[in-house]
Amino acid sequence: MESTYILAAVLLLVALFIIYSYNRLVSMRNMADKAYSNIDTLLQKRFDLVPNLVNTVKGYMEHEREVLESLTRARSEWLNASSIKENAGADQTGEKAIKTLFAVAENYPDLKANQNFMMLQEELAGIENKIAYARQRYNRTVMALNTMIQRFPTNLIARLFNFETREYFAVESERARSAPEINLQGGEEK
Amino acid sequence: MMDPIYGRIAANKRRTFFLFFLYALLFGAIGYFIGIYIGDPVVGIIMAGIIFVVLFLVSYYSGQNVVTKMAGAREVSKQEEPYLYNTVEALSIASGKPMPKIYIIETEVPNAFAAGRNPDNAIIAVTRGLMNRLDRQELEGVIAHEMAHINNYDVLLATVAIVLAGTIVFVSVIARRMMLFGGMGRGGGRRGGQGQIIMLLILLIVAILAPIFAQLLKFAISRQREYLADATAANFTGYPEGLASALEKITDQQVKNSPIENRALEGLYIVNPSLGARSGSRQSALFSTHPPAEERIKRLRAM
Repeated sequence: MESTYILAAVLLLVALFIIYSYNRLVSMRNMADKAYSNIDTLLQKRFDLVPNLVNTVKGYMEHEREVLESLTRARSEWLNASSIKENAGADQTGEKAIKTLFAVAENYPDLKANQNFMMLQEELAGIENKIAYARQRYNRTVMALNTMIQRFPTNLIARLFNFETREYFAVESERARSAPEINLQGGEEK
Repeated sequence: MMDPIYGRIAANKRRTFFLFFLYALLFGAIGYFIGIYIGDPVVGIIMAGIIFVVLFLVSYYSGQNVVTKMAGAREVSKQEEPYLYNTVEALSIASGKPMPKIYIIETEVPNAFAAGRNPDNAIIAVTRGLMNRLDRQELEGVIAHEMAHINNYDVLLATVAIVLAGTIVFVSVIARRMMLFGGMGRGGGRRGGQGQIIMLLILLIVAILAPIFAQLLKFAISRQREYLADATAANFTGYPEGLASALEKITDQQVKNSPIENRALEGLYIVNPSLGARSGSRQSALFSTHPPAEERIKRLRAM
């Protein structure tokens, strides 16, 4: 008789643990999803500005064809990207292209005085910064999620309900936080 | 497994409750004595109760409005201040918290504060001087520090404490006035004797309690949470040096009689605006609402 109670208590504990872990996993997965959609929205905003930027700059930079082309190329790379890896790659190409463009723009005083260009520059500088933070946030949530999915005993529950580890939004060869420093005061590019 | 921040948030909510309880007691006591003065202690206590509830609701639901008015801050939109807006938005993304409203105080003294009852109803105010003096990474550090206060529910406690402390000061001023006028009006007669004694009692209570409450305010706006907010901020940005160098830049810039110098608000700012008013830095360590900036900078750089 007594052993039935003990068994019931153990079963109850196990059930509670499963419910708790399952809910944690769900909320962590949602957090990761939200963090990823943040990156996506920001990348969308950034690449939406590219045609506008190219048009503004074109008239001033006759001799910098390849800079502009690399921008357009990054945009189409992003448009065709589907996996996280491809998105991350397009993100990097775009980041580099924009950084180069603003560095080169330093040599064109007329361009730098252009009202439209100045607005685009602040807008993009803000977006680049936000993308860096969104990446960092996403990678952190993914790390927490992956850890929970891989650790014992939550890994059993993760397997039971088909939770899968996520891929990081990789930024190769740099620390997560060395956002492109686009200097707004018109100083030197770092 | 348990995040230390969660314990911190629970502790802050407990402290807010405790603070309220103490204020309620004080209001009740004052109401009681005023009640004796007007003839019925019960009426006094009921009146005090009503006033307290009103104050509570005001400070809870629109504390940030009171505080921004006191500080002379004005709300700005993205169009007006794209640079500031973008920076705050970036930190809101980094912390995964909702975007606070943004206010600007038009003064050259660099400083910043946050207010509000929870992350969904929060504001961040920065001075013009702060924006002019800091570069993007330093500004990010400061904003991250304020976001950390919001996130840790430090601002709920601070906002409520400021509104309540303000009323205590207000009551003490009224009490003093009443006694002054009472004293003059009845100078010749003997009838006012008892009333005056009671007013004197109230005054005495307020006089004794005011410093205690000032101390409580400092306990509430404890220095430990500044360190914690600094650490959380460093975690949000991943770059402690930004905040460290911002603190270094703005601490020395606090000036005497600056427009933002306000006793009631000093605990709220990232750097104590009354620093300039104090002659040496010796005395400030004990009484200050903030830990010394050098210590904060040292800890940030050690991260």
